[in-house]
Amino acid sequence: MSYKYDSQARYARSHEWARLEGNVAVIGVSDYAQHLLSDVVYVDLPEPGDMLKQGESLGTVESVKAAEDAYSPLSGEVIEVNAALEDHPEWINEDPYGKAWLVKIRPTDLSELDNLMDAAAYEAFVIEEEEKGGH
Amino acid sequence: MGEPLIYEICRAGRCAVSLPECDVPETPLPEGCVREDLPLPEVAEVDLVRHYIRLSQMNYAIDTGFYPLGSCTMKYNPKVNEVAARIPGFATLHPLQPEASIQGAMGLMLELQEMLAEIGGFAGVTLQPAAGAHGELTGVLMMRKCLHDRGECERNVILVPDSAHGTNPATTSMSGLKVVEVPSDRRGNVDMAVLRSLIAQHGSRLVGLMLTNPNTLGLFDENVVEIIQLVHEAGGLVYGDGANFNAILGIVRPGDLGFDVMHYNLHKTFSTPHGGGGPGAGAVGVSATLVDYLPGPIVQRGEADGLLHWYMPPKSIGRVKAFYGNFSVLVRAYTYIRMHGAEGLRQVSENAVLNANYLQARLRGVYPIPHGDRTCMHEFVAQGILRDAPGIRTMDIAKRLMDYGFHPPTVYFPLIVPEALMIEPTETESKETLDAFADALIHIAEEARTDPDLLRSAPHHAPVKRLDEVKAAKDLILCYAPGCE
Amino acid sequence: MNYIPNTDSDRAAMLAAIGASSVADLFHDVPAEHRFPILTLPPALSEMEVIEELNALANENDDLHHLACFLGAGAYRHFVPSIVDFIVQRSEFFTAYTPYQPEISQGTLQAHYEYQSMICALTGMEASNVSHYDGATAVAEAVIMALQIGRGKRNKVILSPTLHPQYRAVVHTYTQGMSLQIVGEDLMPDVLAGLRVQPASDAGGLLDALAGLLDKDTACLIVQNPDFLGRLYTPAEMQALADRVHAAGAQFVVSVDPISLGLFTPPGRYGADIVTGEGQPMGSPLSLGGPYLGFFAMKAADVRRSAGRIVGQTVDLDGKRGFVLTLSTREQHIRREKASSNICSNQALNALAAAVYMAAMGKHGLRAVAALSYHKAHYAADLIGKIPGYRVVSRWPFFKEFIVHCPQPISVINEVLLDRHGMVGGYDLGADYPGLANHMLLCVTEMNSRMQIELLAEALQEMTAMNPDRYEEAGR
Repeated sequence: MSYKYDSQARYARSHEWARLEGNVAVIGVSDYAQHLLSDVVYVDLPEPGDMLKQGESLGTVESVKAAEDAYSPLSGEVIEVNAALEDHPEWINEDPYGKAWLVKIRPTDLSELDNLMDAAAYEAFVIEEEEKGGH
Repeated sequence: MGEPLIYEICRAGRCAVSLPECDVPETPLPEGCVREDLPLPEVAEVDLVRHYIRLSQMNYAIDTGFYPLGSCTMKYNPKVNEVAARIPGFATLHPLQPEASIQGAMGLMLELQEMLAEIGGFAGVTLQPAAGAHGELTGVLMMRKCLHDRGECERNVILVPDSAHGTNPATTSMSGLKVVEVPSDRRGNVDMAVLRSLIAQHGSRLVGLMLTNPNTLGLFDENVVEIIQLVHEAGGLVYGDGANFNAILGIVRPGDLGFDVMHYNLHKTFSTPHGGGGPGAGAVGVSATLVDYLPGPIVQRGEADGLLHWYMPPKSIGRVKAFYGNFSVLVRAYTYIRMHGAEGLRQVSENAVLNANYLQARLRGVYPIPHGDRTCMHEFVAQGILRDAPGIRTMDIAKRLMDYGFHPPTVYFPLIVPEALMIEPTETESKETLDAFADALIHIAEEARTDPDLLRSAPHHAPVKRLDEVKAAKDLILCYAPGCE
Repeated sequence: MNYIPNTDSDRAAMLAAIGASSVADLFHDVPAEHRFPILTLPPALSEMEVIEELNALANENDDLHHLACFLGAGAYRHFVPSIVDFIVQRSEFFTAYTPYQPEISQGTLQAHYEYQSMICALTGMEASNVSHYDGATAVAEAVIMALQIGRGKRNKVILSPTLHPQYRAVVHTYTQGMSLQIVGEDLMPDVLAGLRVQPASDAGGLLDALAGLLDKDTACLIVQNPDFLGRLYTPAEMQALADRVHAAGAQFVVSVDPISLGLFTPPGRYGADIVTGEGQPMGSPLSLGGPYLGFFAMKAADVRRSAGRIVGQTVDLDGKRGFVLTLSTREQHIRREKASSNICSNQALNALAAAVYMAAMGKHGLRAVAALSYHKAHYAADLIGKIPGYRVVSRWPFFKEFIVHCPQPISVINEVLLDRHGMVGGYDLGADYPGLANHMLLCVTEMNSRMQIELLAEALQEMTAMNPDRYEEAGR
């Protein structure tokens, strides 16, 4: 199975991505993650102003059979959430790196990016996961 | 077109009841309080009866066929139970009547408390919890309070095996405690090495362990005594999830094994009907350590007057529901136990376990059974994985079973077995039924190879085809917007 | 007697297929020292014997087939049309499991979808689940839902002292591990003052006092209407309270008697966010307190924060309408330790009974039941209020329950009513509210005939003629 990757983004082992746009980090879940979930029916997001820590849950992404936490790949303050996902959760399946971003944060520690994988490393990680039969 | 909604068969002015005229002088209604609209249906009695009878015919039920749902114990529901529950001397008692006027009902409750305590090997029983999960909450709150009363308030961790029902971790969180998962080993038991290290790690913060035994793989944990000992040595208590009690009636008493607390699912083990999802009854038994913490009121015989009284245990966690429990469910369970006696109950479990092992033997080699080398208890877990039909999933097999007139087993649970088919036949099924079910599953395995689309598009003979659950969850329609013509 | 169809020869054939020599062999994993205990249970009975024994136990009870009943306090004797138990006894409903396989459970699912729809119609809310265990646990679940809506940042709960005492007790039990601040229950002195001054329109200051406890930490404020003391608050009073609750950003939870909604404005019309109640009066027998059902209705936007099973409409592969359990990701079997509640079994069959009841009664029948209860209760209050020595305390609007201050302890009066007049008297409020000793909460429904009400008044009058010492004797 082959999945899409955004070469501009960096990835967490829990399958979220973060992409720097100026001094803002845009956060979402990967194509592989949306594939594991199948049809997404609901997304639960934090509120602007909430403080996130790297590796902590920022919300949940739900399909009919599963509800998975999305973990923040970076620490920072939430400055915007993608409210359109409330009406269009299927965007996560359709365009996980584009219009289905989850939150924008103002990162507090850019050195945390070093804990994340680039697209090539993440692709290798996903292939490894698949081979493990992790599903 | 299926059966119309009740609102779709309304006609203004119809009513299915007749009520008496008002025989007292009328009092003006309070101003500003009266509602103008009351958008309930308007239906004639005959139409109402036909509506519900037609709906009932769209249901599968124990009384229409075999229902091998793992961990659900869908045994036959004796009809005498229904007669018993409807005796006016039970059915028309107000819960707040004076004790003196309900001594018979309280006597039944006392005797049921005592019989359940004897069957489970416990010192005390409460009948108040309304369901299994409600019993779990009751039990875990008692464990927590007991330890905190000893001054061990830092204890906040409950160990839960990865094979557990979802209610175990959910109960733990609801009780304000933290869940730590314990993996299973290759034989399907609790992984002892990991358990030891987790106990070492959480020792003084341990409230205890929640253990389903037999577990959800249908296996009796070979180390159960040692597991309980380890938790006790760390100062913790052990909760027994009684969902699988049907395997061990008269075979072993959880109290004797050292469990401190256990809930009984009266609607599983003791034959009371599931009613499409409830009501159940989740009585809880406890060892001497916890008797003072039971929720109340429970029934006790007064030493002075010999009469039965409602009694609140001194350190009780409080009430878990209004009044005393799902009484009419208790009457049914009482009836069931009285008709069986000790020997009859042991036969229940012996035959439940025999039936499960027989089905396991018949399906071995057709479907993978991860722990098929072991003797199972009342249920076993197979997998909907067929080597020659890689595109077929458990859900397809489950839906195809409907076309053969069977309810599917529990699917995709326990979570630790991919593509799980969890099969519990219960003791009330005959060898012929088990053979017919096994034949159907074997035949479906063959169909999976020769005509996989037949499975993927199943069921073909149910009242509806496969339903779109994604649409249901996304475009929520939870309520008919009322508006009778 | 047992329900096992297999014979010895079946068992022998099955053991051979398994490769085991005896049934006992199947239990070799059970520790030998604990295997096959001797259970000390009464001997097994035949069906005939067990029915005889049960009848004997039932005969020791004074049941309401033989008594007039003026007791309510959370469990009510209302008429149950024959059709209700007839439908509930259909095997296809009562011996079915939870409808996890929707294609062969459309009967249960559609009946429950209709239940949800009728609960919404009754309460004036947008969404409903398929029930909690009872009215008490429904309130406790409302507290948990309000905490979720507050995203864990609000941890204060305001409980009205006139919410059913047992419901309040259950809230305390459920939340004992959650480090919450539960306030409001000690406002009772204000209520007592209210009883004495008998205000005509104000809520004895109670609603105002409750609102005074609101702050930014408050997750929810819970009141009952009509309240445990029988008082019916007007929609205007309730809306004013709702506005203050919402201004504080909290949830307004109302526990309500469903029969009262046949006549009076539903909570959905005066700002309630969550409406709960005891559904027993709608078709479930009194049955010594259970099984009943807690109905639970809410705003559509909050559904994902709620607990309990919910049925949704969808279509099948052919585009035909059908029903499924939906929003399951909230529930314990998927969400596990992150579930909104641990609830699994609900009170499905009682919900079916309530649905059949609501459909059978319909808009005209339920209004008539409510009106009959209202008029009879007020007639009873009028009669009793005229008896010297008794005082009807409820000068406020009430539905079917009212308070009478009696000249003797309630337990004594009730004993005389039961033993000499074949009547179950009212609820002794002194048990829950020490300031209300000798206050009885009487309940009158459509099941009480005019003659019963008049006999009750006569019996109470007769007791005033007795010298107090003789109460004791009469009671024995």
